[in-house]
Parts: sequence; C-alpha cells; structure tokens
Amino acid sequence: MNIQDMILTLQKHWSNQGCLLMQAYDVEKGAGTMSPMTLLRSLGPEPWNVAYVEPSRRPADGRYGQNPNRLYQHHQFQVIMKPSPDNIQELYLDSLKALGIDPDQHDIRFVEDNWENPTLGAAGLGWEVWLDGMEITQFTYFQQIGGLEARPVSAEITYGLERLASYIQDKENVFELEWTNGVTVGDIFTQPEYEHSVYTFEESDDEMLFDLFTTYEKEAKRIMEKGLVFPAYDYVLKCSHTFNLLDAKGIISVTERTGYIGRVRNLARSIAKTYVEERERLGFPMLNKEDASHE
Amino acid sequence: MSKTVLFELGLEELPARFIDDAEMQLVKNTEAWLKEQRIPYQSVKSYATPRRLAIQIFGVENKQPDVEEEAKGPAKKIALNDEGEWSKAAIGFSKGQGKNVEDIYFKEIKGTEYVHVKKFIKGKLTSELLQDFKDVLVGLNFPKNMRWGDFNLRYVRPIRWIIALYEDEVIPFQIENVKTNNETYGHRFLGGKTTIAEAASYESVLKAEYVLADKSERKTEIEKQLKQMEEDKDWTILIDEDLLNEVTHLVEYPTVFSGAFSEDFLEVPDEVLITSMKEHQRYFPVQSNDGKLLPYFVAVRNGNAQHIEKVSKGNEKVLKARLADAQFFYQEDQKGSIDEKLQKLNRMVYQVELGTLADKVDRVKTITAHICNELDSQSDLKKKAIRTAEISKFDLVTHMVDEFTELQGVMGEKYAKLFGEDEEVATAINEHYMPRQANGQLPQTEIGSIVSIADKLDTIIGSIAIGNMPTGSQDPYGLRRQSLGILQILKTQNWQIQVESLLNSVIDLYVERDLLTKDKDELVKEVHEFFRTRASFLFKDEGIAPDIVKAVLSNGIQQYSITLKKAELLSEKRNDSNFKPVHEALGRVLNLAKKTEEDTITTDLFQNSSEANLFKTYEKIHELYIRDLKSGNLEKALEQLGELTQPIHSFFDQTMVMAEDQKVRANRLALLKNIAHDILQFADLNEVEWKQQY
Repeated sequence: MNIQDMILTLQKHWSNQGCLLMQAYDVEKGAGTMSPMTLLRSLGPEPWNVAYVEPSRRPADGRYGQNPNRLYQHHQFQVIMKPSPDNIQELYLDSLKALGIDPDQHDIRFVEDNWENPTLGAAGLGWEVWLDGMEITQFTYFQQIGGLEARPVSAEITYGLERLASYIQDKENVFELEWTNGVTVGDIFTQPEYEHSVYTFEESDDEMLFDLFTTYEKEAKRIMEKGLVFPAYDYVLKCSHTFNLLDAKGIISVTERTGYIGRVRNLARSIAKTYVEERERLGFPMLNKEDASHE
Repeated sequence: MSKTVLFELGLEELPARFIDDAEMQLVKNTEAWLKEQRIPYQSVKSYATPRRLAIQIFGVENKQPDVEEEAKGPAKKIALNDEGEWSKAAIGFSKGQGKNVEDIYFKEIKGTEYVHVKKFIKGKLTSELLQDFKDVLVGLNFPKNMRWGDFNLRYVRPIRWIIALYEDEVIPFQIENVKTNNETYGHRFLGGKTTIAEAASYESVLKAEYVLADKSERKTEIEKQLKQMEEDKDWTILIDEDLLNEVTHLVEYPTVFSGAFSEDFLEVPDEVLITSMKEHQRYFPVQSNDGKLLPYFVAVRNGNAQHIEKVSKGNEKVLKARLADAQFFYQEDQKGSIDEKLQKLNRMVYQVELGTLADKVDRVKTITAHICNELDSQSDLKKKAIRTAEISKFDLVTHMVDEFTELQGVMGEKYAKLFGEDEEVATAINEHYMPRQANGQLPQTEIGSIVSIADKLDTIIGSIAIGNMPTGSQDPYGLRRQSLGILQILKTQNWQIQVESLLNSVIDLYVERDLLTKDKDELVKEVHEFFRTRASFLFKDEGIAPDIVKAVLSNGIQQYSITLKKAELLSEKRNDSNFKPVHEALGRVLNLAKKTEEDTITTDLFQNSSEANLFKTYEKIHELYIRDLKSGNLEKALEQLGELTQPIHSFFDQTMVMAEDQKVRANRLALLKNIAHDILQFADLNEVEWKQQY
C-alpha cells in the first residue's frame, strides 16, 4: 500500500468514527500535537473528534537527504478523540487491520511511554505501540495541556506515516517509499531535504533568527492581551520553529535553551488559559451541539 | 459449604514496572479486607498480566461467624430510680442494643456497678459483604495515575471490565461506567470474549483463550523455551533477571523466537550492541559457548508460534536500523580528537549555579591534584590521574553516550584507547563512575580511585553548596550513594587521608572560585554532618554497636580506617575488666573538662604534688600518644592514655578542683582540658556504655 492510500484509508477509517477530517495547519511545527486542532481544541469541556495529516519539521533531524531513517520533515497522521471513547484501543487496532496489518501475523504491543512536552506545558500517559519491535504509533491520554488539567481527557493517536510505510512496503530506505504508484518519497522530498539541511546547518542567518524570535514573542504577547487567541498561537508556533532552527545549528547553550523553552512555555500557558476563557465567553458552542445530537 | 470468590480487573495495558507491586498489594489488601470483614476463608491466589489483575479466594464460608458481645450501659445508680424502677436511661440503653430491660444484669467495674446486656450479633451473609470489595480494587496504589474519558477516578490505566463472582453468581457493583459481570477477554488477538461460569475455573478458561494468567507460570514457560533454544542452537543466551521479569510482564502468552543481524555490526563494542538489544528492544543477546557475542538475538512474542518468521523478520529489520545508527555513531565519534570534544564541554551546563561541565572538570582536576599531594603520589601516577580527570567527561559529547547514557565511562574508556591515550588512564575513566550503584563494584586501580573520589566530592559538595541537600526519600543526584562510595574507596585503598580536611579543601576551592551561595561555616557543618551520618551507617554495617559508633565519630570521621579500628578496639575493651579503672579515670577528666574553654597551664600555680605529677605524666605521654594515634598504633595509644590512670586518681583524691582561688581553679581545669583534648582525639569515651560495670 502506498502512502497516499494509507492516508486515504486512515481518513476513511476515522471519518467513520465521527472524526472531522481537517487539513494540515499552515504554520511550521514540530509535531501534529502542536496544531491548534489538537493543542487548543483538546482544552475545555467541548467534545472534539478530528483527524488530519501533519507535515512535521524537526530541523535537528535533517540529514541532507542522505540518511535512510531521518528526515527534516516527516508526516504524522494525527487523531484526537475527546472524550476518549471506551473502545479507543480497538478502534486503533481496527485501523491497523484496515491498513492490511493482520494482528494475528504480527506481534503488537502497548509499551508504557509517558509523553511530555515541556515547551507546551503538556503531559499525558499512554504507550508507544510496537509492531514486531518497531514503534509505529504514539498513543496518549492527555492529562495536562498548556499547564491546565485536560478535562474531559482526549485520546491522541499519532501514526508515524513513513515508519509505518517502511514496514508495510518492506523498504529500508525512507526515500524509496512509494508515495503513489510510480512516485517515491525521494522524487518529492530529496531536494527540499537537502536544501533545508543546508539552510538549517549552514546558511541560516543567526542574527535574523534571534531577532525573529524576539519579534514573534513580542507580537504573541501583544495580541494575546487583546484576547486574539488563534493569531497569538500562530506566533507561538513561529517562535517554536525559530527556536528549533537555532537549536539545530547548535548556537544555543544549554542554559539559554532552558530560558527559551521557558519563554515559549509561558506563552503557551497564557494562551491555553485565554482560549478556555474565550470559549466560555462564547458559551462553549460545541458543547451545545453535542447535547443536541445526543437527544 | 465453602465457596470460591473471583475478582478480575480488566485494564488497558499496565506498565510492566508496576505489575509486581500491584499484585503484592492486591494479595495483602485482600487478606486484610477479609480479616476486617470477618469472612472465614482458606487461601488466596493472585494473577497478573499486562491486561488484568485478579484474585481468587478459596474456601470462603457463606457467612460471618455469629458473635456474642457484652455491651456496657449506664451506672446502676442512674439505671434505677429511688423506687428501684428502671430509669429512662436504662430503658433507652437496652432498646438501643436491641434488647429489653429484662436482659439487664449488673457487673462491677472498678468498684461501681454498671448495667450490661449480652448482645448476640448474627453474622452477615458473605454475599452481602462482597460488594464492598470494590474499595480494595479502587484502593490499589500506583506510582502514576491517570484519568480517561470524562470520569473522576484516577487510576493506573483505564478500567475496561470487571469480573466479580461468588462461585457462579455475579457480585453487583460498578466502578465509573463499568459494571461487574462474569465475562472476560482472552488474549488480545488469539483469544476472545468468554464467560467464566464458575470462579474456580478462571485459570483454565483463560488458558484456553491464550492467557497464562499466573505470572510465575509465564516466567517458567519463557525460561523453559529459552533453555530449549540454547540446546537446539548450541548458544548461551544472556538472561538478565530484570529483563526476564520485564518481558514476563509484557506478554500474556509467551513464545520465544530468535533473529539475526549482520556480522558487520560486531565491530561495534559488545556493550553497545548489548545495550541496544536489551534496553531498546527487550531482546536477549546471544553468546557462543566460549563467551563471544554472536550476531543473533532472542526475543519473546506475545502470542503463539504462527507466522513467527514474519515477526522475527520484522524485529530483525528494526534491530538493523538501530545497530546501523550505533555503528554510525561509533564511526563518527572516532573522528576529530579528544581535545575537540573537550571544547564542547564549555557549552554544556552542569548546574546553572556551578557553571559548565568544563568548569566541573577543572574543579575535579584540582581536587585530583590535591588528593595526589596528600597521598605523596609519585609524579608519574599524579600525571596520569590529572590526565584522567581532565578527559573524564569527554565521552559525554559523543553521539553514543548521547544515545545510550548508561554507557558513559564505558565508551570513554573505549574511545580513549582508540585515540591513543594511556591504558591506565583509559581504564580509570571508566572506573571514576564506580560504584555505579549501591554496593556496586569499586574502582580497582589507584588512579581510578583517586579520580572517582575527586569527581564525587565535587558533585556532593557542589550540590549541598547550592542547597540541594537530600531530604527523606529525595536524593535525585544520588549524593548518599556517592558519599558511601567515597568512604568505601577510602577504606579499600586504606589511604592515610583525613576525611574532614579533604572536605574542607574542596570547600575552600569553592570559596576560591566564588561559588558559595551560603555561609561557609554553615556549609562546612552540613557537609561534615552529611559524611558523618554515612560513616555511621557503614560502621553499623560492620557490626559496630551504636554507642561506640557515636563515641568514635564524635570528633568527625578523621582517617576512615583508623577510626574504624578504634571502634573495633573499643568494642573489645568494653568487656575487659582491666580497662575499667582507665575508662573511669579518663571519663572523670572528660566530665570536668567540659566546665572550661581555658587550656593555658601555669606550672607555678600548682599547689600540690599530685597536680605536678599528673602534668609531668601528661607531658611524658602526649607526643608518643599522638604519634601512635596518627600511625594507627591504637593499642599502644590506649596504653599511653592508661599511664594517666594512677596520676588522675591521685589528683582527684588529693586535689579540690573547684578551689576557692579562681586562678588555681582555672589552672586545674586547664590541665584537665589538655588531657581531655587528647582523649577526645581517640573517642568520646563517655558515650560508651561500659559493659563491665554491670
């Protein structure tokens, strides 16, 4: 099964479970969790079920397109279900079956892995899912987001698409994976992988990046005070990505690192708080919708 | 007729590391609950897998035993009115106990008669009591709990089903939205939903659904299969007990299988390959019978042998990617030089208040040099020790240690050799982390011992200096373990080093580098006390009685081995009746000497010959005594003190210490103070409980 069919299959599967199908969010980010579709929407009492593909940038993992396992940008398929349904593990295992992975022919395990993202003041408990010893999915029950207690609890399922595809397609090099018939990951991504690596490790303008971080941070704070949560959050994402670029280049010392992470976390915390306040002011509109659909 | 009870809690996968403790709690709490509920039973049996915790109670009687209790009511004079009729109080009491006034009898308690009734309490039916077992299930403690859905309960993982059976009847209760039932689930893929018709059939029904619910049975099964594989393939499988336990906790139905990896990877050090297999993949490494690592691994599948080749192939692929990473790291790490790597330590913060790792290394170097000087080490050894300290942390910037933190030091040794460092230096880099755990292996070489002590001293004193003194169970930097390590090394190496002066020299270094955030004297006190407490633990471990530990450590640890020998000597002496007059005399001196701080003796002020004689004897023995003490000639030193016995007794017989004349009195006390000072250098003998006195 090529990656395109995997995405279609997963979309179909989770759409059938009542998930909204969303598109990737258009600001750079390191993980699907950081999309406002997850990070903000998993806050507060409103139910929320969503699935989307997220291109995730990890500048430090860039390898000029030379390493068979590491990418500057990989793809995650992200699912959020709030509140977590009782049969969420079964729903997940069914999705593997839909992808043609027959559990009877493999060894599938849920191995304890507690997830924490200090930058976002977020933490959860759960597992990494092993398929014959390979980690293919991160499965997390959110307990805290932006420093706030997650309630109701969201279940987050994050598939590493390239990992999973390398298993399904039995390829050892990520660039040989078929995106669709006749077109490989390498065809599409070799050039951007190379260029982004060159940019990240050699060509990026340190001064400009430091300035950008400060500018984005300032702007995030300014508009947050006006209660504009979503635009403010976009600037937090920009801060985070800018920081990742600086960090990958190795020009941030460990102490400074703690300082920067702390600055992003403070922003994320106040945005989380403001988001919930704004939703409350609006009367938690999605909550009423849920009630109506249940009647 | 007695019956069987069964409770099973169906959970989403429990963390392996919590299972043993959870099962232990379940047994303990069940037994306590049955006792509290007064339910007679014969035995309990527990089960634990990643997806379930269960307990069977056998031989359960169908009701609590009936009991007859005596209830005490009001005093007789209140129970009967003047006319001898029952008062309201008496009537109320008997009613309250479910009895009539006719049942009342009197009984005297401490001279007063009170109303009593015999109360018969009928035992409740077990079936009515069992619902409350819910509290035992909900009450299990886990190190980490979570919430799920929109429920309030915080528990280790979401609860998905509950079996509660009294023989064949479901005991009704509910935890959040989950109601008890007699239905369970077998193996996630091989088994299905199934009914437990009778509580006693639990284990066998689950076995048919591919679940070995009994943990020890699963473990035995894995061991059996491992042994079989060793025989079939002529291998030695490296079975680590912790890993075996963990694997047992990760599967419900174990099947052992093997896989292979390319021989090319064997160029990577064994430690790396083994760590990668064990820590990351939970595989057992394989050796030939002559102890060489082979390019194979053994793993345990949660399932049966069907399609096992596919599972093995998948695992091989994962391991290949991991080992390829390790090989890449190994090759990358050999590029550049040690100096280049050391440069990077300048960018790695050790503790914000204490600077970078490079700063730490520099301190360790200084402390190492200091220890070498104290030991009068030869210049060659000193040079190597300093080189070891200088490069002791270079491997922290390698890719390999970044990936496998537990290999710090191990990789340091390997890479140091590859970079052409001296063999002894390379070995010492690894040894400087020892002991790595409580009572772990100590450094074998002198250089390793020196640098190990230097590194630990810096860590401990640095942490305490910035306010990270361990409290209660909180010791995140392992300072207690490290200080025990220092003392154990000092003992093993039998070095003539004064512990307190060593500690002071490190504190001085911190003062010099302006790293103190607290008062120096306070830090000195804290650090000395911290080490003294560790020493007293070690002494007690050696079988030294607490009073003697206190006596010999009253003046600090000093030279560890000598102080320990003092303790051993005093343990002998306290049963020796010949020593009685000696300790009596010395004890009196210690008591009186507390009355003064003055220690200047003026011989002109002596009033009688006993004073002069005591002083003369003291002068005679003083230097010899100190010399014997320093050289560890303890028996001899005690003999020197013994010389004072007669003069001390004469002194007290003939001299009034607290004389009228203040100068004379001060002079006498000063004489005693000087003697006491010498005694205390041995031990505070007044702390010892002298057995021969009794």
